[in-house]
Amino acid sequence: MFDDFFNVVKLRFNGTSDEENKPVFRCPRCQNTVVMERFEELHRVCPNCNYHGRLSAPDRITLTADKDSFSEFDSGMISCDPISFPGYPEKQQQLRNETGLNDAILTGTATIRGIRTVIGVMDSRYMMASMGSVVGEKITRAFEYATENNLPVIMFTASGGARMQEGIVSLMQMAKTSGAVKLHSDAGGLYITVLTDPTTGGVTASFASLGDIIIAEPKILIGFAGRRVIESTMKQRLPEDFQLAEFMQDKGFIDMIVERRKIRSTLAHLLAIHGYEKEV
Amino acid sequence: MENNNKTAWERLAIVHTKGRPTIRDYIPLIFTDFYEMHGDRHFGDDHAIIGGVARLRGTPVTIISQVKGRNINENKDCNFAMPLPEGYRKALRLAKQAEKFHRPVICFIDTPGANAGMSAEERGQGEAIAKNIAEFMTLRTPIISIVLGEGGSGGALALGVCDELAMLENAQYSVVSPRGFASILWKDASREQEACNIMQVTAEDMVRLGVAETIIEEPLGGAHNDLDKISENIKEYLALKIAEKSQKPIDELLKERYTKFRKIGEFTEQH
Repeated sequence: MFDDFFNVVKLRFNGTSDEENKPVFRCPRCQNTVVMERFEELHRVCPNCNYHGRLSAPDRITLTADKDSFSEFDSGMISCDPISFPGYPEKQQQLRNETGLNDAILTGTATIRGIRTVIGVMDSRYMMASMGSVVGEKITRAFEYATENNLPVIMFTASGGARMQEGIVSLMQMAKTSGAVKLHSDAGGLYITVLTDPTTGGVTASFASLGDIIIAEPKILIGFAGRRVIESTMKQRLPEDFQLAEFMQDKGFIDMIVERRKIRSTLAHLLAIHGYEKEV
Repeated sequence: MENNNKTAWERLAIVHTKGRPTIRDYIPLIFTDFYEMHGDRHFGDDHAIIGGVARLRGTPVTIISQVKGRNINENKDCNFAMPLPEGYRKALRLAKQAEKFHRPVICFIDTPGANAGMSAEERGQGEAIAKNIAEFMTLRTPIISIVLGEGGSGGALALGVCDELAMLENAQYSVVSPRGFASILWKDASREQEACNIMQVTAEDMVRLGVAETIIEEPLGGAHNDLDKISENIKEYLALKIAEKSQKPIDELLKERYTKFRKIGEFTEQH
């Protein structure tokens, strides 16, 4: 608590007038601000409270996989408009232009310290990484590829849940992805999920919760129903740390909480312990 | 079917009609020898889901169903058919029991959604639903699911992974309740009627989108107008489908079950 206070004071007194005009990041957990440049240098981890902020999928792959080892699957896949939802195609076009992504997930193969794995990374910049047809199909294909080729799967999850604009079709992606996970598991494949901020709704209620090993980043949000929904429907005040990674680990749903800078080495060790070997 | 020209919103009103039959009305008319089984063997017994063994025209089956109340006291007891994690875990336990004894599983879906409360989160609502979805996908016995009224969200899908899904004629299946949909997308829950009509949630929508295979006809005006007739229609359908699915080699059935869900989704690929 005094550390936080001290940091704020330090920032205020040491900050030059130049720094005052720089863009800042306000941490959603501790409410302290940090100059955006510094926050980016820290790979988007709050220096005050260790909240692990949201990373783009390309940045995550850079941080996790061996240099230039990522080979993308299905890069040209884009969603249709299954329930003819007004404005959905235009919204998607706009996001494609803004983010350079075709939907809310990148999938492919990569090596981590020389060990080959299938990898999927969700990107919350694209419609809060909600799961529609493209996210569901890409994940399913990634698991099917891994099953056929005896590869492990690592999924970095982040999602607001099902993609409302695709109606029931998006709900069915939960069944489709979970089915592919189950077949991969029955074939003996290792599946590690890394929960990142925020992992909620239909993604929590499907492939995110099905890992053999479930890792979470510190202070991230994990849940099925949203905090506001719970507070309004149940008329309950919720504890401050409700649905944070540490809370969910206490309740028995997370194997380990791992800091971002240690995720790459942790994954490499876990892959090796499960018998996956370096490519020669 | 005379209801076909009704809007989704008008059908939702039928589903919400006081006196709409619930699973407790249907069981004695469709099955014999029903023995209810309680509890998930870990935490407790959730009253929003009932399950047990019974006979369907003599054939042993396992029944798993969400329970709506018929009055305020029943609704308090079953929490308005919004299951807790232990309800889904009870469902999975009974499904595994059915698999062991080679009984077909019949799931009845009738929920506005899974319970969204503090204890549901603490006990892993997400994990419980995910586990059911994955395990039902490879359960080595036939599974038939029927949506009786509302099929809301992941809370419905947790009983919805099956070899064939039927919808009662006025029943709805949706990613979230119309109210939730309006609130999430338009920040205005009062636009639920508009949401209901564009979400594509009717029985015909489900067949067209490949989610359901069959629509079970309701009596004129809705199921509540002739309980005997609607029960007979459900029984006919179940007897037919269970005989059909039970004849298939189990590996073939599982492949078809996987493919049923595998092919849902609409996308294009640019190269």
